[in-house]
Amino acid sequence: MLRPDDFDYLAKLLKERSGLVITPDKAYLLESRLTPVARQRNLKSIEEVVAKMRGRDESLARDVTEAMTTNESFFFRDTKPFDQFRDTVLPQVMASRAAKKSIRIWSAACSSGQEAYSLAMLLKENAARLAGWHVEIIGTDISVEMLEKAKAGLYSQFEVQRGLPIQFLVKYFKKKDESWQIDSSLRGMVQFREWNLLHELRGLGSFDIVFCRNVLIYFDQPTKSRVLENISRQMPPDGFLFLGGAETVLGISDRFKPVPNQRGIYCLSAGAAPAAATAPVGAGR
Amino acid sequence: MKSCLIVDDSKVIRMVAKKILHELGFNTEEAEDGQVAYDLCKKNLPDAVLLDWNMPVMSGIDFLRELRKLPGGDGPVVVFCTTENDIEHIQEAILAGANEYIMKPFDSEILQAKFTQVGLL
Repeated sequence: MLRPDDFDYLAKLLKERSGLVITPDKAYLLESRLTPVARQRNLKSIEEVVAKMRGRDESLARDVTEAMTTNESFFFRDTKPFDQFRDTVLPQVMASRAAKKSIRIWSAACSSGQEAYSLAMLLKENAARLAGWHVEIIGTDISVEMLEKAKAGLYSQFEVQRGLPIQFLVKYFKKKDESWQIDSSLRGMVQFREWNLLHELRGLGSFDIVFCRNVLIYFDQPTKSRVLENISRQMPPDGFLFLGGAETVLGISDRFKPVPNQRGIYCLSAGAAPAAATAPVGAGR
Repeated sequence: MKSCLIVDDSKVIRMVAKKILHELGFNTEEAEDGQVAYDLCKKNLPDAVLLDWNMPVMSGIDFLRELRKLPGGDGPVVVFCTTENDIEHIQEAILAGANEYIMKPFDSEILQAKFTQVGLL
């Protein structure tokens, strides 16, 4: 059982670094996720982990944050947002960008990359419609470990069976030992970058379509508002934001409003600040 | 209530699948090989078939080819559920008319995800 002062120390650190809110009823998460971190560093307990962190062990603090913020992800999660993307949002964005023929899509808090690659697969399936277009997909996450997995595009048999249609597995994956690796052409369509949603986002540039699903649920109200405000500054006035099924902007931020008849999709409210200029590739951390 | 025919020579697998499918609201029937499954389908076509590959008497792939030739045989949604987990087998299954493919081992989450994908749930 974690001592109250150790719990408070961890909760404060996680809130500051990632926005993650851990309440006492979720203390079991600290036990289950930090025990492997302790073991990896030959520490006997989570108390020892905390003691070492109090001695300003930056790399340990980073590992602890990563372990706590790593969340599960799967291909075509919830299905409907991907149908909405293909059938409603993409055609609208293409119509408004017809002169520029360029679209930037952001998978925020992308974890091990399944959402970004699901979008890449949909774009590949619609390649004829997108001929002559430049489409960028950027996946960002706070966890270096998850980003490494995303870049490798290597998934277990279990992971490729949750949400991924079998035709897409055959078409876009190759078997590599007991795992499945996503095709190099799809890996080439997505850039993964380490980024903390609580930090300045301007270096990422402007995005026409933002997926930030099942992320806000882990934050408290002020952090949700701050993240939504930050995201809104990275979008043009006619951009679209996808949130998770259990998330909303209502009562949290007046910078976005729901798109009528499109559950889970939001656009900027009139008067929200215009998007930041697109940063040069490689900017930010 | 939708019906699902579970075709597998392993009694244990049939039992596990049956329990999951009942929880998902399906009526189930069982067959221990492709021939028994084919005879059942000739009498009454189910909404779905959960199908093993390697079985005595008639294999899953041979059953599927025969099923698709039956009048109305293109109706049932067929989900393979097998230890064969290479691209060649999956391609062969799709070509024969399989709608989805589960690589064993499986659990209720995978079964539910696949059945949702093909519109059974």
